This record gives sequence, C-alpha cells and structure tokens, in this order.
Amino acid sequence: MADFQIKDTVDITDVVCPVTFVKAKVALEELEEGEILSIHMADGEPVQNVPRSIKEEGHQILKLLDNSDGTYDLIVRKVGE
Amino acid sequence: MAVDYSALKAGGFMRQKQKDNFSLRLRTVGGTVTAEQLRTVQAVADEFGEGYIHLTSRQGIEIPFIKLADIEEVKRRLAEGGVETGVCGPRVRTVTACQGGRCCPSGCIDALDLAEKLDARYFGRELNHKFKFGVTGCQNNCLKAEENDFGVKGGVQVAWKEDACIGCGVCVKACRRGAITLEEGKITVDEEKCNNCGRCNRSCPTDAWDVTSGYMVSFGGTFGNNLKFGEGLLPFIRDEETLLRVADATIDFFAENGLPSERFFKTLERVGIDTFKVVVEKAYKGEE
Repeated sequence: MADFQIKDTVDITDVVCPVTFVKAKVALEELEEGEILSIHMADGEPVQNVPRSIKEEGHQILKLLDNSDGTYDLIVRKVGE
Repeated sequence: MAVDYSALKAGGFMRQKQKDNFSLRLRTVGGTVTAEQLRTVQAVADEFGEGYIHLTSRQGIEIPFIKLADIEEVKRRLAEGGVETGVCGPRVRTVTACQGGRCCPSGCIDALDLAEKLDARYFGRELNHKFKFGVTGCQNNCLKAEENDFGVKGGVQVAWKEDACIGCGVCVKACRRGAITLEEGKITVDEEKCNNCGRCNRSCPTDAWDVTSGYMVSFGGTFGNNLKFGEGLLPFIRDEETLLRVADATIDFFAENGLPSERFFKTLERVGIDTFKVVVEKAYKGEE
C-alpha cells in the first residue's frame, strides 16, 4: 500500500457521538478536493459509526490503521465541495 | 332501535365509556397519512369530535367523541376527503411499518411498500381473534416486529467481493456481532454470528459486498395481557413472492385451526408449533 500524502489530521478521541462525526466533517470542509485527512478515533462506537458516516457524505476511505493502543486512524480523501 | 355495537366496532367505531360516544379509528398503513387526509381529519375532529385526535399505539389515528347520531355523516365526510375508517375486533388489524429503505439509511427493505401490499391482501379479514402484521426495515427494529402475530424484519445476506476489497478493516469494526475477521487480506464472515444487519456493507468504502435483501419473519408475538415474542421458524427469505406465500399459509392456518377468541400464539401452543412449522416450511419451499 502506497503512503498517503496526509494534508491534515484531526483528533476526535476527546468528543462523543455525534460530535465525533461533526468534528471530522468540519475538518474535511477545511480541505480542498482530493486532499487527505487522517482522523484519529477511539475504538468502540466511533470506529463502528464514523467511517460509515464519512462514506455516506461521499468521501473516499482509503485505509483504517489500527494503532494497537485502542485507537485507529481513518485515512480519508475528500470528495466534492 | 337496538345499536349493533359489533358492526360499529368492525367499522372502526370504538364505544367509549361516555354513552353514545365513539372513538373513531381510521385506516392507516405504516403510519402514513397524506396532508390532504390530515385536513379532512382536522375538519371532522373540529366539527364532530372535540377538536383533537389520538395517535394510537399502532400508528393509527382515532377521533374521539363522535356521536352515535353523526356516524353516517362522519363516514361520508371522511370518504369525500379520501379517508377510510379502520377496524377493531377479530380481524386483521392496521399493518404497521417503519419508513424503511424509502427514507432511512439503515433500511434493508422498502417496509412501507410491503405494508401496503399486506394491507391490500389481508386488512379487515375476518378471523377468530385479532391478527397483527408489523414490518420493520432492519435489525434496529424500530417497529418491534416480534410483538406482532406476523412480524417482518428486513435484512441483507452478504458475500465478500475479494477483487473490490482494499482490506481496510472498517467492516470488522462496524460489525457489532464480531462476525467478521480479516486475516492476510482475506475477509471471513461467521454465518452463525451474522444477523443480516448489513452494517458491513453500509460502512464499506469500496462496496466490496454482494448484497441480497430479504426478510426474517417471526410468528405468534403478542404484547398485551400476555407477553410473548414471535418466534422465527424459517431461514432468511430472499424474495417477496415467498414471503407472501408464507403469510398466506399463516393466515389460512389460523383461520382453519383457531378457536373463537383464541389469539394466534394460543393456537400455536394448543395445536403445536411443530405442526405449524411444517406448514410454513412447505410454503417457504413452494410445495403444495
């Protein structure tokens, strides 16, 4: 798997649903189309639901990285304005 | 003149404790009422009731305090506005449904469309006791399928598409049943754990699942004086034709075997659920 040119990162481990998704969405809005965001999230409810919500917004999920410490990094390419 | 209360009840007029007053139940399917129908209901409630309606526990509308003397006029006014009266008593009741796949991101089936078909096929059919259909679009079960005599729950069967998968592992985390494992780039689904909720498919960034929508049916639920969850007796049903065949067989079984004032689950207990299971299995397989 090729490395990604990550433009920005956002940590959503400090908030709970539904703000997890909102915070990620706001971070994506700051990017230009095609740019890549890394979303740092906790295990459990966030990783169960945030990737699906991101997909439903039309963005492209490239990878889910397991940090093996109870957190994950979701790598997302922004699609559309 | 003697009032035929049972005929009025069959026509949705529920006798109130206040003499010569009726709470009028309207016909609804899946809790859907058009704006035009609402205007008619509003006018009737204002003019013939007491200016309010009651939302029933099964997604219906009742207009309380309709006077005995006004019943024919009320029926005429409702019919003019495209509103039909409902039913009560020993017959097939309001078919309930969630909005399902028509609006809801979680919906695996078009629950409203199916509810309309069930309503057209069975609504008001005379039986030995009340009989309730409920349709829910997914495992979230907003419509509480298992409370019903015949409950339908939408689901999906999934098959992994290896060539479309990027091995991201999102589905492994999205699955609340722990049914999915990812090892060396290969996905395995444990069929025993999978409950057909479809969260894997909905979360998948590359649509790497072949998906077949279908139905899970529960039989003999009730949630009144007795509390009983409907039982699932059949495998996943993959097409509507089979589902309707199973529904036909269920209703016919109850019509033939039920005793007066005996609820469906009581019939199943008395006759034996295994006897019934043979009948619906035949319907499921399309055998005569």
